[in-house]
Amino acid sequence: MPYDLSPFYLSLKIASVSTLLVFIASILLARFMCRREFFGKSLIEAIILLPLVLPPTVVGFALIFLFGLNGPIGILLEQWFGFRIVFTWIGAVIASFVVSLPLMYQSTAAAFEKVDARWENVARTLGISEIRIFRTITFPLAWPGIFAGLILSFARGIGEFGATLMIAGYIPGQTETVPLAIYFAYEAGRMEEAAFWVIIISSLGLAIISWLNYWRKKNNVRLGRE
Amino acid sequence: MYGSEGSRNMLTVNIRKQLEKYEMNVQFHLKNEILALTGPSGSGKTTLLNCIAGIMQPDEGEISLNGSLFFSDKEKPMKIQKRNVGYLFQDYALFPHFTAEQNILYSLGRGADLSHTNELTKLLGINGLLSKYPHQISGGEKQRVAMARALAAKPDMLLLDEPFSALDDETRDRCHDELSRIHALWKIPIILVTHRKTDAERLADRIIRIVNGQAT
Repeated sequence: MPYDLSPFYLSLKIASVSTLLVFIASILLARFMCRREFFGKSLIEAIILLPLVLPPTVVGFALIFLFGLNGPIGILLEQWFGFRIVFTWIGAVIASFVVSLPLMYQSTAAAFEKVDARWENVARTLGISEIRIFRTITFPLAWPGIFAGLILSFARGIGEFGATLMIAGYIPGQTETVPLAIYFAYEAGRMEEAAFWVIIISSLGLAIISWLNYWRKKNNVRLGRE
Repeated sequence: MYGSEGSRNMLTVNIRKQLEKYEMNVQFHLKNEILALTGPSGSGKTTLLNCIAGIMQPDEGEISLNGSLFFSDKEKPMKIQKRNVGYLFQDYALFPHFTAEQNILYSLGRGADLSHTNELTKLLGINGLLSKYPHQISGGEKQRVAMARALAAKPDMLLLDEPFSALDDETRDRCHDELSRIHALWKIPIILVTHRKTDAERLADRIIRIVNGQAT
């Protein structure tokens, strides 16, 4: 192999951890938001979705403001655990989490809303507990939408650049993800290396989207939706 | 078969609920009979079923079944899960990711005695459908699977919302016979919402017509 593959493995690691966290957060958030009406709900939803419309640099700035050495959370982590977020791969995970949460939240909320309330009500009339209804009816029926959100979030995590650069920096071997590797190879005039990473990440993206489309079609046939 | 103690079942409904265009005001008692609710669309028939099942709550009044208070002004409404009311929704609402058998057995715990459901599937003639998914069976078959699912939980009463509306004449006649047979065996109160006069006249012991939320 002509190039060090560590950016690829690091990108996979960051996107995987971030996708797992986004999955848990989105399920809890979407479940809570879909079932309740309260004052300020629109504002909370707007805050969750905000990273979709903001430049990545703004997200990066906000993360440095919060998690930086002088930021409120950064100071607490340093004092209590001697732990730093900035210039570490965990900073990249947080950046990836924040930018992919809106995608995952939207997919999950839409998937939950698509589950016909009658199915849940039938289950209730059959004496089934709310937890079992969620586990056996709501979640499996919402799964195609949730899964699509997971794949998109993973792809978004792999491709995250701006916010990652600001909070995690460019430290080869430590915080150098594939998008950063492309940018800095190009900056340094190493066009072949940049092209190598472009081909790798484009192929991965294409494979993910093709597989997702195939899976959706197969799943729709299984549930009799086509 | 289940229902031998059914003779003590008595449903009491005396409720008021403000709807968008009118106020619903309904009072009746029901023993082990089939009651047909008729009336034009949007008159509050399904809302009444939803109030009995616990999916919606009345503004005031009382609903009780066999002395068990489902709803009253003074207490917190009983949870849907505790009411033990079988509900056949319009279009049947079978779980699309389960086979007919999984739908029917859904309310039973692991290791439950299946003799009751075996009897049900035999009675309803659906043994040949058990491995099929809802999208693979016809409207009449769905209706019977949904009926078996509701009865598998051994409900104290049954609510049927337009159960025959999607069926052709031949299937409808067969389903009428099955419902009469089930009622004779189970001996529980059944409320049937229908907009077809013939369904009501053929099946029901009593008919209540609801227009703009008022029983007439």
